[in-house]
Amino acid sequence: MQFMLLFSRQGKLRLQKWYVPLSDKERKKISRDLVQTILARKPKMCSFLEWRDLKIVYKRYASLYFCCAVEDQDNELITLEIIHRYVELLDKYFGSVCELDIIFNFEKAYFILDEFLLGGEAQETSKKNVLKAIEQADLLQEVRLHTDP
Amino acid sequence: MNLISKSAYINMGYFQPFPFLCLSERDDNMEKSKQRPEPMQALTLYKHSRCLYFQEEEKLIKKELASLKEQVASPNTTMRQMKEIMVRAIYCEMLGYQASFSYIHAIKLAQQGSVLEKRVGYLAVSLFLKETDEFLLLLVNTVLKDLQSTNLIEVCMALTVVSQMFPKDMIPAILPVVEEKLTHPKEIIRRKAVLALYKFYLIAPNQVQHIHSKFRKALCDKDPGVMTASLHIYLQLIKESPESYKDLTGSMVTILRQVVGGKLPLDFNYHSVPAPWLQIQLLRILAYLGKEDQGTSEVMYDVLEESLRRAEMNHNITYAILYECVKTIYTVHPKSQLLEKAAECIGNFVLSPKINLKYLGLKALTYVVQQDANLALPHQITIIECLDHSDVIIKRETLELLFRITNAQNVTVIVEKMLEFLRLTSDDYSTIDLVGKVAELTMNSVFSLGGDVMQPDIPNNFLRLLAEGVDSVEDRQLRLFAVDSYVSLLQGETAKLPQRFLQVISWVLGEYSYLREEDSDPGSVMRLLARLLDQRHTSTETRSWVLGAMTKLCSSPVSVALARDVCERYLSWAKSVWANIPLCVTFEILVDSSLSFLDGYVSEALAAGAAPYKSPHQRQEELVQEKALSLEPYGLSLPVSLSSCSITDRLTDRQSPTLLSMSSGLSGNSTELSHKEGSTALKLDGVKRVWGKDGYLAQQQSAGETPIPQVELPSPLLSPQSPPSQTQKPSSGPEPDQEKRQLASSLFVGLGSHNSVCLVRLPSTVCSVSIADQSNVFKALFKPFYINSCRSALHNLLDTTTVASEGGAATTTLQQTSQRTLDHTTSNGSPHVEGTEQRVEAGGPLSLIRGNDLHPAPALERPRDLPLTSHLPAELSGLARSELTTLCSDHDPSLALSACRVYKEDALVLLVFISNNTDSTLHQMALQLTCKELEVYFSDWPLTVSTGDYGKMWLSFSHDLKQNLRLVTTEHQEPLTATLDALKGKLHLHIVDVIGSEGIVACRLLQGQGQGQPCLLHCRVHADSLAVWLRSPVPELPDSLLYHCQKALTET
Repeated sequence: MQFMLLFSRQGKLRLQKWYVPLSDKERKKISRDLVQTILARKPKMCSFLEWRDLKIVYKRYASLYFCCAVEDQDNELITLEIIHRYVELLDKYFGSVCELDIIFNFEKAYFILDEFLLGGEAQETSKKNVLKAIEQADLLQEVRLHTDP
Repeated sequence: MNLISKSAYINMGYFQPFPFLCLSERDDNMEKSKQRPEPMQALTLYKHSRCLYFQEEEKLIKKELASLKEQVASPNTTMRQMKEIMVRAIYCEMLGYQASFSYIHAIKLAQQGSVLEKRVGYLAVSLFLKETDEFLLLLVNTVLKDLQSTNLIEVCMALTVVSQMFPKDMIPAILPVVEEKLTHPKEIIRRKAVLALYKFYLIAPNQVQHIHSKFRKALCDKDPGVMTASLHIYLQLIKESPESYKDLTGSMVTILRQVVGGKLPLDFNYHSVPAPWLQIQLLRILAYLGKEDQGTSEVMYDVLEESLRRAEMNHNITYAILYECVKTIYTVHPKSQLLEKAAECIGNFVLSPKINLKYLGLKALTYVVQQDANLALPHQITIIECLDHSDVIIKRETLELLFRITNAQNVTVIVEKMLEFLRLTSDDYSTIDLVGKVAELTMNSVFSLGGDVMQPDIPNNFLRLLAEGVDSVEDRQLRLFAVDSYVSLLQGETAKLPQRFLQVISWVLGEYSYLREEDSDPGSVMRLLARLLDQRHTSTETRSWVLGAMTKLCSSPVSVALARDVCERYLSWAKSVWANIPLCVTFEILVDSSLSFLDGYVSEALAAGAAPYKSPHQRQEELVQEKALSLEPYGLSLPVSLSSCSITDRLTDRQSPTLLSMSSGLSGNSTELSHKEGSTALKLDGVKRVWGKDGYLAQQQSAGETPIPQVELPSPLLSPQSPPSQTQKPSSGPEPDQEKRQLASSLFVGLGSHNSVCLVRLPSTVCSVSIADQSNVFKALFKPFYINSCRSALHNLLDTTTVASEGGAATTTLQQTSQRTLDHTTSNGSPHVEGTEQRVEAGGPLSLIRGNDLHPAPALERPRDLPLTSHLPAELSGLARSELTTLCSDHDPSLALSACRVYKEDALVLLVFISNNTDSTLHQMALQLTCKELEVYFSDWPLTVSTGDYGKMWLSFSHDLKQNLRLVTTEHQEPLTATLDALKGKLHLHIVDVIGSEGIVACRLLQGQGQGQPCLLHCRVHADSLAVWLRSPVPELPDSLLYHCQKALTET
């Protein structure tokens, strides 16, 4: 995977993760163009896009678009399921996740993503294991909060 | 803290608090204990929490950034506050504002913070910095320290950050520590270490060379997660050099078999499919290993087939696996049986109403037509529909597909379609791509195939296309593309290229060779052109074009030398007065584009009768003036397309769809058709209908069109037969359908004439009808063959239907007219056919034929006198079959209708026999077959046993299989009972006993080889799924039953 973007229906970026080294300028241009292209598409249209030399897979969940760019030989459908699994993970973690959760706790959303995808590859596909890893780290945090003055 | 509130952030763009997943979408509703984390403290509510527009947002963020900057610089800021600042800085960066002042502090936070602060620090680092950032060097020591920490979470964080980004030069510093982690007792650490090494391999392959043996260990790791992670590395390694890893094929196949067989822990299931990511990874690896290697491919055939078969549940994830599986099957050394199944699978994709699957189906087709263009034939109608799809992406993919099946006969239509698309599209990227393809098609197919016969405006229009337009990037690319393509053409055999094409080539090379600046040898183009001049077959006119091009190219010394040489030779060849021109002058003249030095040569050529030379520019300008408004450069000017199109048009006027399809079958050899046209035109009116039928059959044979087993589509096999007034087409009228058919015939022409994978199997007799119908033999042969062919068509129809129902789509509808409806239902769940109808028309159109003293051939026995079974197709005659049953009573004595079932190994074929009981000839027969529900209960039948017997049987059976199934949940029933009831309802299984959370079920095989063989199921509710253990004396039975159970449960 080359990058993952989450953006709202108004085109606001909510989360971005780049797995390929690109300059800030390129990143901005790509996300701007891509957001525009995807927002212009109708709901019944295909979830896959050939955009420049990239293959884009996107899906909309309520008000938020999840969008991944993958290499040419990658499987589009499984990428769609990667998105879905990520949403499932968020949902399980936050409980009925909505855009608000991601805005308030976007660092958590990043942590979950890092536990699920590493360096652009699916790292752990077992839902239980991902959440276990996150919870362990969170637990530590809570302990600290309680002991802190 | 003086920070703006989070709610202000929210309003940078409106949000909607709708949950992403509705309840039904959730995988499991088990625990929802997680509370929403509390919004962070120390935040005051921002007053203007609503209606923030862009300027306000900008103002707000600028203010925020200023405040953040101030705070990070302050020595009093604690690490905890720093963490909060980092979170905000990340947010500002995401919104597109620079927060570079915080980078160094992010690193500091990662260095000095406590675990939770460190976590944010590492996150900020991984989001802010890039691999090339110098700041990263400051992180190396921190990472090293954390890697060696005793705190698991710190190690995890360090591994996470190195697998996202790490400076290449610093890899050796941490490599030993990461390597060490491969043997860590915790699997999460091992997994992350493997992925970190994968990342290292990607950025610096030679640095991890020495640890290949450790990768193997990871591959054999007892934890599936670690093993999965190691496959990333192997995919990369095998992709680069498949040869060195052939020995791994066996292991990969074993792993895949285990995964597919459900041997992995339940945690790895995704929507009750075992480890789909792992499966896909393995399939990709197998594709690389088996590519062009028969031996290796043979090892994997079984497992490929198994994954294909297992993945037949109706969920996106199984489609993902299927798609990968099909790709692998078509990549490895071909095995016909697998290819057939894969082709069927692609068919399911293409026909799917889900747009994503349709897209992938088209993609898969695009991939496979390169091996066998005929595979596209069964999907003609779908492809045509996709061409007009509202989604550009689908359209483009369809064009891509057409691009691959282009041949000399359909090139015009396809290029037209592409140009049509080009006019509509505004996307630069696809334009460039497509224009390139159009160019390639026109240049290389049309020019080399159409040759000298084509009208001169085609090449000129093409040149105009190239020359027109501003000097934009796209134009440059197109020109460069043309140049490259021509150079490679000239490097090959040029003797067969048409003169006109050579002229185009010379012009393009002359004009645009400069675009190939990067090319090391500027003289190469010159040499190629010079070679053209030397060839004997090059005409004088072409030579002048070539020379024109060469003068344009004389910019480098090499070219000049070459040109001088050429010039000398040709001057002497032309015996011109310039023969002894001094060399230095030649040089000057050569750069003179007026070509004055060739005057003598030209005048002589003119005297010899050659056309006056015009420079390409002149020619072009003239042409532009003449045909300024010709917007369709590739109009119907090809002879092939002309003849077929005009005929088709004429036929359309006559409202005879059947004849239309005949022309499509024949347009492959249009010359023959046009010959025939004159002689047959007279008769056509009289025998139109009959011809239509046979024409239709002929078309089927030659174009290989196959009935599409799907509910929504009117079957192309039958629709032409029925008179338009009586058809009950669900949506589209006959007109658009005709258009599509016409388009299909022009698009797929030339594809199926030597059809090897044709799915429709017509006995050779039908073939002879199609030949016979064009000659007098027709009359003598007509009667027996007609009956035969009708029956075979029907047989084919049913055959295909059966295949479809086996594959999972159980309903097929074929509509036609009806005069009389017969209901027939065979007992015990085998297929029932409903509504069969025939109509006999004596006299009518056929009187013409009967008028010619027709002597019945000896073969013209009345069909009822023959035992019908002798008409069984050869490939079915040896198989077990049921008794022949008469389907209709004697209401109509003239016709008899009977049917029987034939049990093939993989399908149940329903044969319907129609025989003419009268002495008169059957002239016309309209046949309607409505299969409301052609459901094949595959194999299972209740087996009534007691619990005691069950126990005994259980112990005696040797073949077993365990798998987890989805539980059916209803409101008023226990999940176990509900699930078992569902299975009982669907598959007629016998529930022997249910005790607590366990249940035992039995069934036996009804038909086929292992008739009467039992299969026992032991079901236990485990967590949120049903653990099923199947046992049977027949090895394949548990497997197949499991598949049916899965299917049944998915459907409920």
